[in-house]
Amino acid sequence: MQVFDLEAEGLRALNETLHAQNAQTNQTSWEIVNAKGSHAIAVGLDAPIEVTVKGSTGYYCGGMNKQATINVHGSAGPGVGENMMSGTIIIEGDASQYAGATGHGGLLVIKGNASSRCGISMKGIDIVVHGNIGHMSAFMAQSGNLVVLGDAGDALGDSCYEARLFVRGTVKSLGADCEKKEMRPEHIEILKDLLERAGADAKPEEFSRYGSARNLYNFDVDNASAY
Amino acid sequence: MNDQDHKGIPRTTPRQSATFSQDVNSDIRRAAATGIYDIRGGGAKRRVPNFDDLLFMGASISRYPLEGYREKCDTKVTLGTRFAKNPIELDIPITIAGMSFGALSGPAKEALGRGASAAGTSTTTGDGGMTPEERGHSTKLVYQYLPSRYGMNPDDLRKADAIEIVVGQGAKPGGGGMLLGQKISDRVAEMRNLPKGIDQRSACRHPDWTGPDDLEIKILELREITGWRVPIYVKIAGARPYFDTTLAVKAGADVVVLDGMQGGTAATQDVFIEHVGQPTLACIRPAVQALQDLGMHREVQLVISGGIRSGADVAKALALGADAVAIGTAALIALGDNDPKWEEEYNKLGTTAGAYDDWHEGRDPAGITTQDPELMKRFNPIEGGRRLKNYLKVMTLEAQTIARACGKNHMHNLEPEDLVALTMEAAAMAQVPLAGTNWYPGKGNF
Repeated sequence: MQVFDLEAEGLRALNETLHAQNAQTNQTSWEIVNAKGSHAIAVGLDAPIEVTVKGSTGYYCGGMNKQATINVHGSAGPGVGENMMSGTIIIEGDASQYAGATGHGGLLVIKGNASSRCGISMKGIDIVVHGNIGHMSAFMAQSGNLVVLGDAGDALGDSCYEARLFVRGTVKSLGADCEKKEMRPEHIEILKDLLERAGADAKPEEFSRYGSARNLYNFDVDNASAY
Repeated sequence: MNDQDHKGIPRTTPRQSATFSQDVNSDIRRAAATGIYDIRGGGAKRRVPNFDDLLFMGASISRYPLEGYREKCDTKVTLGTRFAKNPIELDIPITIAGMSFGALSGPAKEALGRGASAAGTSTTTGDGGMTPEERGHSTKLVYQYLPSRYGMNPDDLRKADAIEIVVGQGAKPGGGGMLLGQKISDRVAEMRNLPKGIDQRSACRHPDWTGPDDLEIKILELREITGWRVPIYVKIAGARPYFDTTLAVKAGADVVVLDGMQGGTAATQDVFIEHVGQPTLACIRPAVQALQDLGMHREVQLVISGGIRSGADVAKALALGADAVAIGTAALIALGDNDPKWEEEYNKLGTTAGAYDDWHEGRDPAGITTQDPELMKRFNPIEGGRRLKNYLKVMTLEAQTIARACGKNHMHNLEPEDLVALTMEAAAMAQVPLAGTNWYPGKGNF
């Protein structure tokens, strides 16, 4: 276990050190102490390493992550895991706005609640939120899976494309062109796998699936009021 | 038509309304027939005060010129000197603006890279990500970071020579984009993670930051991911150039790219293009003033775009305080867009060479703004690259000719004092004297 004191050594040194790790590194386990809500912690990683952050993080923790597993023992600020490509990010506490925004792949687990615009414009990422999510989540979500064990706020899945949205609790309202969909066996399988990987104690059958009604895929003036 | 009525009284000449012109009436008829606004490509077509309204005074007894072709007039420019370890060094102060793969064909993007590289300058990706052919043929490539984040990934980010965070675009300040389904080929769809054939919306603002305080943190993140190696540009539309430039600098930009309303788009509502934003000429001095007020003029470089067509335009933009310019529409014309040789086909599309702007429909006879494989075959990227290189060279020679005539041994030594304006509007916007006077609107001693 390598311990990195962020307060003492600074952000640039942290990310430079983590970027220097490659697939053959022996230093596969890192602990970051004194995070103190700093921004851009462990961004742009590209190695199969495990990074544990002691404390809460500021903006964009784990941004554009590839391969690495990042575990935040605290809460995460806006844009955690933004545009991540692969790997796993686990937030033990809550997450602020835009969690997993534009993520292309990998798994983002939020054990608390996530704020508004969770999974905005997601492009293949899997996101599992153990608690609730805020308004406008999965806005323009393109692909991937958003799993919510609690409730969803207003305008879920507004203008979404092919992303699959699974909510166990209530949905305050659906956004434009988002509708409740049939839960078929393949969706149960997807959900079962994601719940297991996210360490979530829930049964797939308890969830409802939402997704695009595909009415706004090609502009039609008769749908103008929906935009 | 008889010039007298049935009573023998002379008729007045039929008079078209200035308010309800033929153009306006055709817009009304089109709207009434379709129920939808007009979407088109390009920038503002209305006449606005522009670089043609300025003149250089040239040398005189008090200003001596440099000998053309004999005495040096340097054109080199370095962008990104503020924070980046590796600023971009260009041979000429003319760059290629961001245009997307998707809006443009792959060969067209390749040609832009070829031409820019041969001329010693940079080109820029667009909404849709970085293509291998574009990267491969571009010595210096600026990677746009857009609200849609289509195709965005850290590997391409690290391949870039600079990153341009796009906040606004001159053709549509405050607007997003729409790539219509007919241009979504398999490859475009794959790069954008969307199904083939559906309209692809590009958001008007970034998904994970709002406001200048967030932008500062976003820039920090991008610098950390790329090891502080490459410059970070911030591209703004000609909306509030003084304040936007100030905020971009405050957020940590290395370079501010400022795009006026003549700047083109692949597809936007005509009403947006023509009625939102400010002319390029009106944007430069406020942006320069902002940099000067911050003590950052020439520390943070200013790139101006939107309607740059010639070396004269380049020289005028630089004289007003820009460090470089970017061209988009002009580059496409150099490649062959709107060439009269396709007139017959433009006519079939209901238009004429020079006026074709339905780039979003993907039926470009010149094979540039299309994803149609048959149309794309008409465009030769090697020939296109050569044409663009020639055009960039000519623009540079023209700008040097003017700079030498003003006695400048570097393009950046051009200054507002070298200019006069032909109109009151241009004098006010450029803050240079109306020709024949020592006054411009807003200046004292009227």
